[in-house]
Amino acid sequence: MGNSVIARRLGLLAVLALCVVLLALVPYFPSYYVRVVDSILIYIILAVGLNLVVGYAGLLDLGFIAFYAVGAYAYAMLASGQFDIHLPFIVVLFIGAAAGAIAGILLGFPVLKLRGDYLAIVTLSFGEIIRIAINNADDLTNGPQGIAGLDRASLFGLPLTTPVHFYWLLLVLAIIVCAGVYYMERSILGKAWRALREDQDVVRGLGINTTTLKLLAFALSAAIGGAGGVIFGAFQRFVSPESFTFQESLLVVLIIIIGGVGNIVGVIAGAVVLVVLPEILHFAAQYRLLIYGVVLVTVIVLRPGGLVSPRFNLGFIIRKVRTLWLSPSKT
Amino acid sequence: MFDYFLQQLIFALAIGAIYGLIALGYTMVYGVMRLINFAHGEFFMLGPYIYTFLFSGLVGLGGLAPVLDSAIAIVASFVIVGLLGVAIERFAYRPLRAYGRLAPMLSALGMSIVLQSAVRVTVGPQPVHFPAIVPSTPIDALGGMVTTVQLGILIAAVLLMVGLTLFVNGTRLGIWIRAASESWTTSSLLGIRVNRAVSLVFFIGPGLGAMAGIMYASYYGIMQPTMGSVIGLKAFTAAILGGIGSIPGAMLGGFLLGAIEVFGTAFLPILSFGYIGTEYRDVFAFAVLILVLLFKPAGLLGETVSEETTVAKKDY
Repeated sequence: MGNSVIARRLGLLAVLALCVVLLALVPYFPSYYVRVVDSILIYIILAVGLNLVVGYAGLLDLGFIAFYAVGAYAYAMLASGQFDIHLPFIVVLFIGAAAGAIAGILLGFPVLKLRGDYLAIVTLSFGEIIRIAINNADDLTNGPQGIAGLDRASLFGLPLTTPVHFYWLLLVLAIIVCAGVYYMERSILGKAWRALREDQDVVRGLGINTTTLKLLAFALSAAIGGAGGVIFGAFQRFVSPESFTFQESLLVVLIIIIGGVGNIVGVIAGAVVLVVLPEILHFAAQYRLLIYGVVLVTVIVLRPGGLVSPRFNLGFIIRKVRTLWLSPSKT
Repeated sequence: MFDYFLQQLIFALAIGAIYGLIALGYTMVYGVMRLINFAHGEFFMLGPYIYTFLFSGLVGLGGLAPVLDSAIAIVASFVIVGLLGVAIERFAYRPLRAYGRLAPMLSALGMSIVLQSAVRVTVGPQPVHFPAIVPSTPIDALGGMVTTVQLGILIAAVLLMVGLTLFVNGTRLGIWIRAASESWTTSSLLGIRVNRAVSLVFFIGPGLGAMAGIMYASYYGIMQPTMGSVIGLKAFTAAILGGIGSIPGAMLGGFLLGAIEVFGTAFLPILSFGYIGTEYRDVFAFAVLILVLLFKPAGLLGETVSEETTVAKKDY
């Protein structure tokens, strides 16, 4: 075992330790920064969820935020004074995920035989319908004013009130979602989705039911969206239709594309960039959106495949770490 | 009842004509490039702003007769917005051609943010009064009341649509556009300069969008930087409804959407005994779209070639 191997292992340890230390230090940041990190984590969860549909199965869903809205309103209606129902957070989390999945199946069932742009448009319309319905069903959702004064959440007796509490919750959930999706990606199911993305007809020719396959991707991603919505509701303690516009759906798609389609590491990078960029641009005051747009177009034109190369994915990192640790001679 | 119906019909035709003009831009761009141009709504918004700027500039310089000033400003805003469209295609979409379809679509999205915020930064976010081009006087037509503005919009839009149809069907450049939408590869093999066809489409589409914007602003008397987002989305719906890629389809889709919206607003509360209010107008429009796509996936006038040839096997 040469010096270089020890050096490399130390380097690896140092990088890992740095990551852990950084993540552990976040709670000591000023509240504003913790909120930004929370926001990044929420978008990571959403984008990893949507990536199942867009990145793996190759279906463009432009109405993803509808599932997020379903989750958020599930919490708003089941844990607030709106109907005087006060269910615990963890229960609503599962209800929200289930409601999202059901909405996903309800939407997916009739429309998944459509392809490409038509599917994109139908999902877009669905997102708009949900938003307009929320905006107008005053008895249920309180219309454009939204529902305020949502319950303070708690989890197994631990309070979930400050951004720091949510940081830990979101971090754990983001890791669970990323790990889950990573294992799914490597399973036979993930391979079937990839095949679907490359050529639907071949998949169908091999005797696989493509509609079921698509429906599964749709339902899973909608469930993740719904769960994300519940956390969003509990975090903001206020929901209103304007949080769920078409632009929000596009932002999640944008995160996936900017980062690198079908790549978890890319999605994380995309979420960091697209959440942090507008925050950095606060100094530019009214020019903020303009600069944001220019940066966006420039990045896409310069790196159309996404910021992170498809080779540099979670699997690559894990392989690298494993070989360096177990059989360094091969590296 | 009949004059109420007639009045609603004129209103539906006027707003439908505007949707149709915008939908043409979406459909032509989609036809040649298979790209959903999310920036298209912004060309619609730019139209009235550029018109107002040019018109007040002309008047400030002394100007000619007000009619001439308006005419010059209208033609010039068509050209300016059209050239802007060509430039955007050249710099923001063309470099991405080899990278699938998601990248250009998101580049379009970015351009939409850029254009909208550029206008917001220059003139401010608040709605501004739009100077009337023709004075709005009511005309009594067959018992219903029609304003000159409504009639003007309808006539101008129909003239533009007829002009476009003649251009696309009867001229060499029009044939280039149609050939390029039919098959990119075959037309380039046959010596058609596909890039020129693309530039042409990116000139005409945004130009028509700008015209629609001027009509819309003169109809409601105001303009604001965000006006393109919702209308753009609706016009896009109209393009899909008619069958995206089809030029007559976009016109039909526009008028249909206008009718659905206007008559939905007028009759939905009556038909549903007050249960469904006018606020569900847009839900109704989107629901009709979903239904049409389920039964006729290529839209009303879209080509009904088998699925495998119309859509690439690899979607995104």
